[in-house]
Amino acid sequence: MAEFTPKQFRMPSLGADMDEGTVIEWLVQPGDTVARGDVVAVVDTAKSAVDVECFDSGVIEDILVQPGKSVPVGTPLATIGTVDGATAKPVPVPKPTAPAPAAPSAPAPAPKPRTPVAGPLVRKQAAELGVDLAGVRGTGRGGAITRADVQRAARPRAVAESPVRTRATPYARRLAKELGVDLIRVSARDGVVRAADVRAADIRAVKPPPQAEKPAAPIVDRTATLRLATAKLMARSKREIPHYYLSTTIDMTTAMARLAELNRDLPVERRVLPVALVLRACARAAEKVPQLNGFWNSEGFEAGDGVRLGMAVSLRGGGLIVPVIADATSLGPVEMMDRVRDLVTRARGGRLRGSELTEATITVTNLGDRGVESVFGVIHPPQVALVGVGKVVERPWAVDGLLGVRPVVTVTLSADHRATDGHTGARYLEIVEKLLTTPEEQ
Amino acid sequence: MTPDDARDMIQAALLTVAPDAELGDVAPDADLREELDLDSIDFQAYAAELSKRSGLPVTEEDQRGLTTLAAGVAFLTRARVRP
Repeated sequence: MAEFTPKQFRMPSLGADMDEGTVIEWLVQPGDTVARGDVVAVVDTAKSAVDVECFDSGVIEDILVQPGKSVPVGTPLATIGTVDGATAKPVPVPKPTAPAPAAPSAPAPAPKPRTPVAGPLVRKQAAELGVDLAGVRGTGRGGAITRADVQRAARPRAVAESPVRTRATPYARRLAKELGVDLIRVSARDGVVRAADVRAADIRAVKPPPQAEKPAAPIVDRTATLRLATAKLMARSKREIPHYYLSTTIDMTTAMARLAELNRDLPVERRVLPVALVLRACARAAEKVPQLNGFWNSEGFEAGDGVRLGMAVSLRGGGLIVPVIADATSLGPVEMMDRVRDLVTRARGGRLRGSELTEATITVTNLGDRGVESVFGVIHPPQVALVGVGKVVERPWAVDGLLGVRPVVTVTLSADHRATDGHTGARYLEIVEKLLTTPEEQ
Repeated sequence: MTPDDARDMIQAALLTVAPDAELGDVAPDADLREELDLDSIDFQAYAAELSKRSGLPVTEEDQRGLTTLAAGVAFLTRARVRP
């Protein structure tokens, strides 16, 4: 018989600037079988709500932290009994989300948000109209609630109450099917049936409802907490890291020709933007200059295990989130663009996963859309380099003694002088340039 | 499609990209990217949404010409005006 060794599922670190987090919702309960990579909880950080995966397979034994309580990173949240030995029989598990985090091909499908995502203006409007956002279906990108959604919700409810389809999270739907629970008979706190509601309906006659039935944590003032998190990290960077800065301007003729060729056959929603090619080049150059790809800690430099490319995403209303592209060196241009689009969309309007927010080994910030030609960024500690990408602009450019007009982009490097010298940084930018100007590399 | 329908469609498409957008204040010939703080990914999503809602294909060249409300209306009503 297999032995059970309990493991602890701890509050994960979702970025260098996270000290603590709050479980908003548990998607599992004691007795559930989980597999490594399953999303088991939704955790709220200073920056955003995140779908958090577990790192062990086994059976959930105890839930140690109830929703709504803020705990430091590393705090045990639940215990997982792990099945050891070859006799262990894998139990088929209802997986809340599909692919393993490492799947290199298509972008992970965006999980449906379970708690409402809405900007400050939308929240204000909802408050004015007396609309409970939790009951509003968002039609914006990534499921974000728009002003139109709120207005629709504010109209008389007569139409809305016709029982077209019970609103439920995908996981709740699957669970209801498995347990034979009729979703229409499940009462939901706020109009959306969650897994916990289904379980409550299933066991109500026998047991009292589980403790996890607490309402979700109130919506915090995200703009303020986000600002503070960024402020803390950036202040630490400038306090600790002796930055040096390099810059080079790269002829994008080859890259833009490749884009035009790619985009001719792509529908508008999948067209590749220049940033995808630049990100690819940055990731592949980091692979070739490992001194810039990793962390500075008390022991000195620690090289990253592969390139995990961080991409700074600015949020509407202010603040930055840096999701990570773990397999950036292996993605083609179209795949890279799909990934970037998916991550940006979910960072702004939906939900990122814990594995997408773990520490990057190098970060790229792209301010090209803001119309600036160059950006010298601040390194995200404990990383040792940050690449800045400006706008692609047409400029007079000398080639083979002749002056022509070419699309060019300025790529910069901010690097930690404790870890590398300018010579290494210069080599990095040379490789980025070479990758972007060589037709076979596009 | 009438210009009014086109305007409604543009407003709806923009709201999916910029949920906080106050379209009432946007001048017809103002650059939407600046007015609504859209980056290239937002703008691509807007163009895709417009294409989806209207059933019209949007080429890269069309997309470059969709930067204002007026140009969007012109595109949708098929009165293709270029600046």
